[in-house]
Order: sequence, then C-alpha cells, then structure tokens
Amino acid sequence: MKTIYLDHAATTATDPEVLEAMLPYFHEHYGNPSSIYSISRISKNTIENAREIVANALGANSKEIVFTSSGSESDNFAIKGVALAKQQQGNHIITSSIEHHAVLYTCKFLEKNGFNVTYLPVDNNGIIKLDELEKAITPQTILITIMHANNEIGTIQPISQIGEIARKHGITFHTDAVQTFGHIPVNVDDLNIDMLRISGHKFYGPKGVGALYIRKGIKITPLIHGGDQERRRRASTENVPGIIGLGKAVEIAGKVMENEATRQTKLRNEFIRTILDNIDDARLNGHSSLRLPNNVNISFEGIEGESILLNLDMEGIAASTGSACSSSNLEPSHVLLSIGLSHEFAHGSVRFSMGKHTTKDDLDYVVEVLPGIVKKLRAMSPLYKK
Amino acid sequence: MEQYSEKVMDHFRNPRNVGEIENPDGIGHVGNPMCGDVMEMYIKVKENIIVDAKFKTFGCGAAIATSSMATELVIGKTIDEVRQITNKVVAEALDGLPPIKMHCSNLAEEALEAAIKDYKEKLAHKKA
Repeated sequence: MKTIYLDHAATTATDPEVLEAMLPYFHEHYGNPSSIYSISRISKNTIENAREIVANALGANSKEIVFTSSGSESDNFAIKGVALAKQQQGNHIITSSIEHHAVLYTCKFLEKNGFNVTYLPVDNNGIIKLDELEKAITPQTILITIMHANNEIGTIQPISQIGEIARKHGITFHTDAVQTFGHIPVNVDDLNIDMLRISGHKFYGPKGVGALYIRKGIKITPLIHGGDQERRRRASTENVPGIIGLGKAVEIAGKVMENEATRQTKLRNEFIRTILDNIDDARLNGHSSLRLPNNVNISFEGIEGESILLNLDMEGIAASTGSACSSSNLEPSHVLLSIGLSHEFAHGSVRFSMGKHTTKDDLDYVVEVLPGIVKKLRAMSPLYKK
Repeated sequence: MEQYSEKVMDHFRNPRNVGEIENPDGIGHVGNPMCGDVMEMYIKVKENIIVDAKFKTFGCGAAIATSSMATELVIGKTIDEVRQITNKVVAEALDGLPPIKMHCSNLAEEALEAAIKDYKEKLAHKKA
C-alpha cells in the first residue's frame, strides 16, 4: 500500500539532493573545521558558505547566524541566553499561550529560577491581541518570544507589528519560525525580528541541525561552553554534514517556495472545503486565511483523535492529533484549549500537513476514506447521538 | 509512543459487541469527555449469568480494544465470576498495553463494575 504522508509539520524526508551534498562530508572532507590543514579548510569554507546561504535567505548577515543541534536548542539558547545576559536589566518575559513546548517549558524553567513570564491569550483563531501585548510590557520586560506560525493550527501571527512594538520599547524580540522558514518568505528586517529559530528537518533538510539568527548587537549568554566555535556563542565541533545539508535545503527552498506556497494553499482550501462539505459536525481549527499553506486541522465531534489516526493508518495515511491519548499527561493540546475548544472537540482533532510531493490525488483519497472512518467511530461513540 | 500488540489492533479494527442492548439488565457509564475516554457497557443477565454484553466507547485505540475484549470476557460468566475480570485480566488478554494506556483498562473494569452494580440495584428494586 502506498503511504500518503500528511505529517510534514512533524518532519520531512531529506531531499535526495540534500543528502547527496552531505555525503562527502562524512568520509571525504571529514576535517575538523577548527584545524588548519587543507582538509579542514574545505570543511570550514563549506560551512561558511552554508552560513551565507542561510543569512541571505533571511536578509541577514552571516555573522548573525549560529548553527545549533536543533530547533529546540535554538529556542532554549535564545530565551535562556537573553534572560541570563539581561537579568541585571529586568526579569520579565512575554510569550503566548500557544507556543511550542520548546518555548513554553523553557519559560516555565525560567519562572522557577526567578523570572516572571506573561503568557498572552489568543483569540478563537489563535492570534494574539496587540493591545494586550502592549499592556503586558513593564520596565522589567527583557524579551518577547512569539511564534511566527503555530505548528498545530497553522495560524500566522502579525509578526511585523509585534516586532515593531518590541522595538519601540527597546525589548529583544525572538520568534520561533520553524514552521514558516523555507515555506513562506521570512525577512528579519521586514518583520522586525531580533532572533529567530530554524530547524533543518522541517523543510527537507536533515534532522539534528538547526540555526539561530541573532541580530547584531543583541546580548546573549552561551549555553554550551568549551571551544571557540560559532564566534564563541556555541562550543562543540560543528555538525559539518548537517550544516551542509541545512544550507542545501535552504537553497532548494528558495527556488521552489513561491510556487509551492501557492500550489499548497489552493490544495489546502479545497481539501478543507471538501471535508467540511462531506462530514457533519466537523470544524476547522485556526484561521481560515492567515494560515500556513500546508496546514489543515479539523475537529470531529464525538470521536477521539488517536482512533481516527489508527484508522487512517490502516488506509496508508499518516497524520497527527492534538488528543491527549497521544500524550503521556492525558491533557489535550494546550493550543486547542487556548483557542477555546472544548476538551471533547480538542480530543477529536486531526492535523494534516502537506508537503511538496503531496498531490491532489493524495488528498482526494483521504476525502474518499475519511467520511467512512468518522461514521464508523461515531456509531461506536456514546457521545454522538445524531 | 509504544506500539499496540496485534491483539489490540485486531480488537480495534474489528471490535466485538459494539452497540446498545434494548432493555438491558444493567448499564455502566464511566469516564469523562474531558479526559478523552467515555465507556458505556450494557449487560443482559439470565439466571445470574451474563448472556449478552455490548459497549459504546469514545476514546483511543486502547479504550476501544479494552471495551471490546471486556465484553468478550464477560459473556457466559456468572456475576460472581465476573468479579475476577480486573483491569489486569483485560490487559493480559490483549497481550498487554503500553504503560501510558493502562488507564484504559481501568476504565473497562470500572464500566463492568458499574454495569453489575446497576444490575444488582435494579434486582433489589424489583424484589422490594
């Protein structure tokens, strides 16, 4: 059976062209970039080239890019690094209630260590209110960290305006751009961003590599101490093949992004409409247009997400859910609860996230099997009486 | 997450005894939509023996499979014998459950207990 992979927000397959670019750096050009002999110069030059590619894509300078091991590390580095560097200035951080756990739990950790955190609420579409952001700012505020687009519901925040507010008050602004970078244009100057998190495997790069953009002049304390790598901002021998792969993935994304975003937006809108037309008591979660091109998140009344996923899997379709039953704490997704969904509806959510290889045929197939799955589970559910 | 056993998947794919019983002798309704699990168990009792059992469940794969297995295990048993069908018995009959899913088997045991309690109360009411 063919697998229809609709979980690109979780991870993507490494592009064969990316893999090809990485391979020589495992066994041929294996030199440590910090050494001085010629095989090391090759590694050093190539990672600097990758840095240039990433910087150009963001409209930044290559000195402002730090390579890390992952998107989660980048978030930890940005938030803890700024908190530590600026703790003499203040101890207040502003974030939103729908951030990725890499941001939320880092903030929770800082709260236990003497910092105060404001978690801004969002409206029913998942968008923060700018006036509430302004109201939350105090003389103690040192950092605002709000994601570019949400990984579960796909809602895109008014990042440029948030950045403008932060700048007006002289506060550092960090954004988690894991779901947007490589998929929609992200320019750090246009969007008034001071720091930004990137993860390679979300746009056909390898896993285990990420980057953090740090605008020139932003003070940050390193988390990993040791060697002088990454301009003394992050010690450890560089993941050379990973960095090369990240650079290649950015290069490819630059070429296909515009067409893909248009194509996927069209597929997305049609997919949403067809599902809602064919299945009663279903609702779209997240904003209808301020939304990632590849994200579809729908709740089905009276049934639970994991059992929908298992049924989809039996048909060869891979998707994900915000239901508690897929987590260890039995609480459904904090994002879905934050946009005002009842627990029951939050448990019944399914996220489909498309990729560059997703075709209309793939989605037609999902639309063909999904109503039957929902009907079967509803017939079994004591909560669905219609 | 840990994978489900083949038996769990079998009961999930083809759940046994789904539905409601008309005029049941006992109904057990347990769980809470907040937690993502709701189970309803219906039993029909003749001369102290459970002659039929059916269920309706809102929940994950494990919740549906444990409900299905629980109904299979109780049919044909006396009310006394059913007391030995604990959450562990249900989970073992399914060749085990991932640790984070053990609460689903608790729910099956509770649904069964609630159905029997309801049966006994109805019986006492009839006698009185």
